[in-house]
Amino acid sequence: MSKLAISVDDLSKKYGTGLAVSHAKFEVPLGTICGFVGPNGAGKTTTIRMLLGLITPTGGNGQILGEPITSPDKYLSSVGAMIEGPAFYPALSGAENLRVLATLGGFPQERVDQLLKQVGLADRGKSKYKTYSLGMKQRLGIAAALLPNPKLLILDEPTNGLDPEGIQEIRQLLRSLADNGTTVFVSSHLLSELELISEYLVMLRKGEVVFAGPIQELFDQQQPFMIVKTEREEDLQKIIEIAQNAGHKAHKRDGTAHIEGPAEWAGVLNKLAFESGILITQLSPQMPNLEETFFELTGDQK
Amino acid sequence: MIRSIIRIFFAEWRKLRRPTLLLGTLGAVSFFSVLVSSVLFLMIDSPQGNGDRGVRITREMLSLSNGATQSFSSIGGLLGIVALCVFAAQTAQEYSLGTLRNLLVRQPGRIRILIGKLASMKTFAMVMTLVSAIISIGVSYALAGGKNVSTELWFNGDGRLEIAKTLLNVFLSILGFGIIGMVLGIILRSPISSISLGVLWLLIIENIVGALKSSTLNWLPGNQLSTIATGGSQNVSYSHALSLSAIYVSVALVIATVLFTKRDVSN
Repeated sequence: MSKLAISVDDLSKKYGTGLAVSHAKFEVPLGTICGFVGPNGAGKTTTIRMLLGLITPTGGNGQILGEPITSPDKYLSSVGAMIEGPAFYPALSGAENLRVLATLGGFPQERVDQLLKQVGLADRGKSKYKTYSLGMKQRLGIAAALLPNPKLLILDEPTNGLDPEGIQEIRQLLRSLADNGTTVFVSSHLLSELELISEYLVMLRKGEVVFAGPIQELFDQQQPFMIVKTEREEDLQKIIEIAQNAGHKAHKRDGTAHIEGPAEWAGVLNKLAFESGILITQLSPQMPNLEETFFELTGDQK
Repeated sequence: MIRSIIRIFFAEWRKLRRPTLLLGTLGAVSFFSVLVSSVLFLMIDSPQGNGDRGVRITREMLSLSNGATQSFSSIGGLLGIVALCVFAAQTAQEYSLGTLRNLLVRQPGRIRILIGKLASMKTFAMVMTLVSAIISIGVSYALAGGKNVSTELWFNGDGRLEIAKTLLNVFLSILGFGIIGMVLGIILRSPISSISLGVLWLLIIENIVGALKSSTLNWLPGNQLSTIATGGSQNVSYSHALSLSAIYVSVALVIATVLFTKRDVSN
C-alpha cells in the first residue's frame, strides 16, 4: 500500500497553445492536511480536475491512493471532492440532493441525515437548495464530499461564503478528519487559515509548482525580516539606504520599510538611524507568514 | 456494471419524480390527449376535417378495431416534443448546473451514466405513453356514444391487439424524440439552446421544408418518428419510418456517446 495519497509527476494540461498546468510534480503523504495555493488562473482547479478524472492530462502521470489517475474508477469510491464550489439541483431539497449522490455511489441513505447534522444543516435539510445562502450551499457541498467516508478529501475553496464562525467550524472539521486518518487536500485563498491547519503545501504559479513539501520547510527557506516605521515618511528611503549599505535587502511597502535580516540586527539599525537623525516609531522583527511567502514565491503584488 | 447502472437509474428517478417536473409533464400530456381526442370526435362532421392537416376521419373508420387508438396514435408527435424537452433539459442541466462533475466523481464510468440515464428516461417515456393512452382512449370512449360511433370492435381481440400495437409504436416514437433531445443536450450543454433548437426544427423547419417539397417528408427525422406513432402514413410506410428512425437515433447516440465519454468536464 502506497504511503502517498497523491503523487503526480510531470503532469501537464495544454489548452490550445497555452499550458494550464506545466510539468507539475508533487507528493502528498497519507493522513496529512495539504494546502494547495496559487493566484487565480495558476492551474489549481485544472490540476484537481485531472486528479479526479474529469479532464484528461496532455502529459505526465499521477497516482491517487496508489492507483493511476487514468483509472479513476479504482480510487474515486474512497475520494470525496468539492470542485469549484458546490453544484446541486436547485429544485431539490438539500437532503434529496445528497440522496441522489448517495444512491449513485451506493452509500447508505442514513448517512445523509448524519452528514446534514455534521455540517450544521439538520434543520434545513428539507428546504430547497435554491433557498440556501452561499454558506449553506458550501456546507452542503462539504457534506456531499464526505458521503463516501473518504480516505482522501479534495476541497476547492471550501470556506467561500462562510462567516468567521463557519470558517472556524470547517477548520475544526478538517482537523478532526485528518486526526482520524483522512488526507485533506484543500485549496483556499485564505492563506492564514491554511497556515493554521496545513502540514504540507503545494504552491502553483502560472501552472508550475514553485514549492511542494512540508510547510515548515518553506518557512525555513525564508529570511526573517523587520518592519520599520519612521516619524517622517520621507525618512523611510534613508532607512532603506542604511539597510542596503549594510548588505540587507530592503524595500518600501504600504508606508513601511521591509528589511530582511535577523532580529538581532534591529538594535544596530536603531543605532544607525539615531546617528542619522531619524526617529523610528516602530521596529518589529518578524518571521515571514504564509501570505508573505506566497507573494514572495508567486511574484504577486500585495 | 449492472449494479452501478441500476444505482444510476434510481438516482436519476429521484430527479425525474420531483412534482414540478413529473406533474407538469403529465399535465401537458393529459392536456394534449384530451385536446386531440376531443377534436377527433367533436369535429367529426366538420368539413375542415377532424384529423392531422385537415384529414377527415369518418364514423366508419372510427368504428373499426383501431378506432379506440386513432386519437392516441396521432398525439405521438406532440408527446414526442414534450419528451424531447424533458430529455434535453434533464441532460443539459447537468452541464449548465455543474452537477455533472458530482455525478462523475461518484460514478466515473461515463458510459454507465449514459445507459442509466437513458434507462430512467425510457421509463419516464413509458409513463407518459401509458397516461396518454388511458386518457385518450377514455375520452374517445366517452365521446363515441354521443357521436354515434360504434365501440363494439374496440375492445375485442383485434381491438386489444391494436391498442397494444399503438402503445408500442407511440412509445418508440416518444423514445426517438426523447433520445434526440438527450443528444442535443449533450452536444449543446444548455437546456434552453437544446430545447429551442429541437422544437424549432421539429415544429417549424420540418413543416416549412415538408410544405415546400413533399418528397422531403420521406427522410425528415421528425416526420419519420411521428409516422411510427401512427403506424405509417399515406406518404411514408411504417417500415421505412422505423428503419430510417433507427439509423438517425443510432448515429445520434454514437455521436453523444463519443462526446460524453471523451470530452473534458471543465465547467
